[in-house]
Amino acid sequence: MTEVSVAKEDEAATGDLVVLKSVNKHFGALHVLQDIDLTIARGEVVVVIGPSGSGKSTLCRTINRLETIDSGSITIDGKPLPAEGKALAKLRADVGMVFQSFNLFAHKTVLENVTLGQVKVRKKDKKEAEERARALLDRVGVAAQADKYPAQLSGGQQQRVAIARALAMEPKVMLFDEPTSALDPEMINEVLEVMQQLARDGMTMIVVTHEMGFARSAANRVVFMADGRIVEQATPDQFFSNPRSDRAKDFLSKILHH
Amino acid sequence: MFDFLEDYDLLGAFWTTVQLAVLSAVGSLIWGTLLAAMRVGPVPLMRGFGTAYVNIVRNIPLTVIILFTSLGLNQTLGISLGADDFETINFRLAVLGLVAYTSAFVCEALRSGINTVPVGQAEAARALGLSFNQVLGLVVLPQAFRSSVGPLANVLIALIKNTTVAAAIGVAEAALLMKEMIENEAQLLLISGIIAFGFVVLTLPTGLFLGWVGKKVAVKR
Repeated sequence: MTEVSVAKEDEAATGDLVVLKSVNKHFGALHVLQDIDLTIARGEVVVVIGPSGSGKSTLCRTINRLETIDSGSITIDGKPLPAEGKALAKLRADVGMVFQSFNLFAHKTVLENVTLGQVKVRKKDKKEAEERARALLDRVGVAAQADKYPAQLSGGQQQRVAIARALAMEPKVMLFDEPTSALDPEMINEVLEVMQQLARDGMTMIVVTHEMGFARSAANRVVFMADGRIVEQATPDQFFSNPRSDRAKDFLSKILHH
Repeated sequence: MFDFLEDYDLLGAFWTTVQLAVLSAVGSLIWGTLLAAMRVGPVPLMRGFGTAYVNIVRNIPLTVIILFTSLGLNQTLGISLGADDFETINFRLAVLGLVAYTSAFVCEALRSGINTVPVGQAEAARALGLSFNQVLGLVVLPQAFRSSVGPLANVLIALIKNTTVAAAIGVAEAALLMKEMIENEAQLLLISGIIAFGFVVLTLPTGLFLGWVGKKVAVKR
């Protein structure tokens, strides 16, 4: 695999990149995000875990405004999240997103999936975009599949293409919304390895996942959510060996002792 | 038995039918796509316009619309669509009426196609930073068109047969010729049979061809 730079090296290596302040959101009567305060520093890898329905996917989706919020503020790299239109599109281009169900464009080849955003949003010329796309596909280990359609690939391959598609935009931060939850067990590792490599390269990452192994090995910080609130934040070591809240102890006792 | 046909320009009449159908098909595909884009778009005013247009136009009989283009647009308002002679004016008015009517059905066929595109496709496109128009034009509509080839083929076949309504404002297409032939000749069954056969020759291959195209371009998920 070749080395491709994915993080913007000219940016300062410190400072807060994503800041959420007292964010609230309702789905009808359900108060799905309750006074969320969360700060993610540049280069930090934050893993969000918690039971189903705790609001962690919603939290992830509010950061590029795929979900709107009712109150509070979200800033990315010092700029508040625009409400809509061109400014929002511009901001989304700087925030990479990887979905649970891959969402590769079904009518385009793998290569076209990875070049589309570069050409249409970043206005790169086609040749340059293809070169970068091929390098990224090589980096995530699916270079041989470049001319196939998404439906011809395994789930693990599709998700790695989806990561390459997001990286092609040279994002400041990557959001992962349960990236391995729709995968067969044997394909989970190939995706996690790509993500671990990305974390080692210094990419700022917010990862919603049920993969505790990944949280232990790659995260700088674990955020534990339950019932729409952030219940606990700690380093992986602290969190897994010595959780402070009862809710986290209960959660861990249910998932770790099989 | 077929001797009397020499007195009539049967091929010419069907050629007019084909011209009506092709021009109206292109026009209604364009206008229908725009209507569909309005109906799924974020602007309330456009959504309202698209919804109102479709629900009004598709519930008016085509004969009324075609007659309105002639009696209302042309004779009352003096709109002649850039032509001088009656033949051309009526032909263009008929195309306008057919486009106005058929595009409502194109819009709905496309909208059902848009509904087959998983919402995640649009989300992924938005997450890349594509604008609304780009999301629609590059990701959603290309997939929607592929899955609405079948419904669109139905609309096209209906359109080809609907061109006969243009006879109501004197466009010299196949149905008008049929009326003239029936008045002049004592060959009612034969004449209807010939005209019916002519339409089948136009519509049957269209249906079969588009059925094949629909299978070929279908998006695999």
